[in-house]
Amino acid sequence: MFSSLFETTFSLNDLWFMLKGAGVTLALTGWAVLGGTLLGVAFGVVRAVAPWWVNAPLGAVLDVFRSIPLLIQLVLANSFKTIVGIHWSPFTVGCVVLALYMSAYCTEIVRSGFLAVPATTRRAARSLGLSYRQDLTEIVFPIALRVALPSWIGLTLGVMKDTAMVWWIGVVELLRSSQVIVTRIQEPLFVLSIAGLIYFLMSFPIARLGARLEKRWREND
Amino acid sequence: MSIEIQDVHKSFGSLEVVKGVTMTVEKGEVVSVIGGSGSGKSTLLMCINGLEPINSGRILVDGTDVHARGTDLNKLRRKIGIVFQQWNAFPHLTVLENVMLAPRKVLGKSKAEAEAIAVEKLSHVGLAEKLNVYPSRLSGGQQQRMAIARALAMSPDYMLFDEVTSALDPQLVGEVLDTMRLLSAEGMTMICVTHEIAFAREVSNRVAFFHKGRIHEIGPPAQVIGNPQQPETVAFLKSVL
Repeated sequence: MFSSLFETTFSLNDLWFMLKGAGVTLALTGWAVLGGTLLGVAFGVVRAVAPWWVNAPLGAVLDVFRSIPLLIQLVLANSFKTIVGIHWSPFTVGCVVLALYMSAYCTEIVRSGFLAVPATTRRAARSLGLSYRQDLTEIVFPIALRVALPSWIGLTLGVMKDTAMVWWIGVVELLRSSQVIVTRIQEPLFVLSIAGLIYFLMSFPIARLGARLEKRWREND
Repeated sequence: MSIEIQDVHKSFGSLEVVKGVTMTVEKGEVVSVIGGSGSGKSTLLMCINGLEPINSGRILVDGTDVHARGTDLNKLRRKIGIVFQQWNAFPHLTVLENVMLAPRKVLGKSKAEAEAIAVEKLSHVGLAEKLNVYPSRLSGGQQQRMAIARALAMSPDYMLFDEVTSALDPQLVGEVLDTMRLLSAEGMTMICVTHEIAFAREVSNRVAFFHKGRIHEIGPPAQVIGNPQQPETVAFLKSVL
């Protein structure tokens, strides 16, 4: 293990180290997207249907998350955690901050998808005897999903790349692990190219899946 | 068995659009409602199945007060089908699924039962060939017939038609009116808000002329359309015929 400290070329061990970092990136992305989407759907629906006195404060809080750079949010959250004495690992802090950050954007995507469903279509559903809840589950959500999906895919890909910033609070993800290797072998172009390739390979399937769903749905329009 | 509308008033904000309308539609009757834009015709239809609240008066459907507290509107709406000017297809569902949705979700029918109902109703309106296509592939007239089948799939006792041909290209109007003629021939109770005066004259038992939120004239088509008494009716018919 220690011998690798004196290696000055890129070894399989290094690749493995980067892949482990990529695993952390994927895990961060997974938790952030899961949490961010669940919160985003909940907040988005509330934003679409709630009266102004619920809507305005919620909107203001989410605006804070959208307006402050993610890096600052991460550092502040990490310090705040220490101040109030919550014993979370940097990974957990990263997941929570990224999830909140994503939820702020996801809320607006969900809200606009929800509001894109014409009132007349919903009225037709209710006129058939569907309850408010059935109108939501059978009509509004499926239509809103089709409207919101492209933006959601874009957001997810963005969050995957934004996970690189948790490096600042001490999580060794793909970019940080690449940086470690760069420091040792002094080949930034080469190492970062590999990191870029790994990011691409992780993003590409999501982008493809989105494009495929979009195409399938568009055929019905 | 009837729809009784008793002195109904309805306002949107400070604008009163229905100003004390009273009329009764008996089971088996076809009543056409004619009148200029903004005369309150469409609003009244929305009030009949509780899609719009009313400000005063009462609407009774088979004795049930539509706007009373405690009335189960979702249940009541099963017996009142409504078709709108904009056909409002559910774009994410095939034609068959559009029609199956309410029988499955509202009436709790099995998939097979709902499908049988949907196929029957769609065949009835001449769409048997289009079961598995999405609404976006249909013409306006076909979408409107699908909307009629969708309402019929709930086996309603009453059908309300809200200017169902107004948004259609002229050459597509005929197929939708034919479907409505078929229904009236089968004895369906219908209230048709329409601008198709010839159609109203042909299929209706009675015609009601709406003007500025009130019924100015109501009676058999031969009387209201053939020999109108009120100057407003005369002026309106002159403008559309």
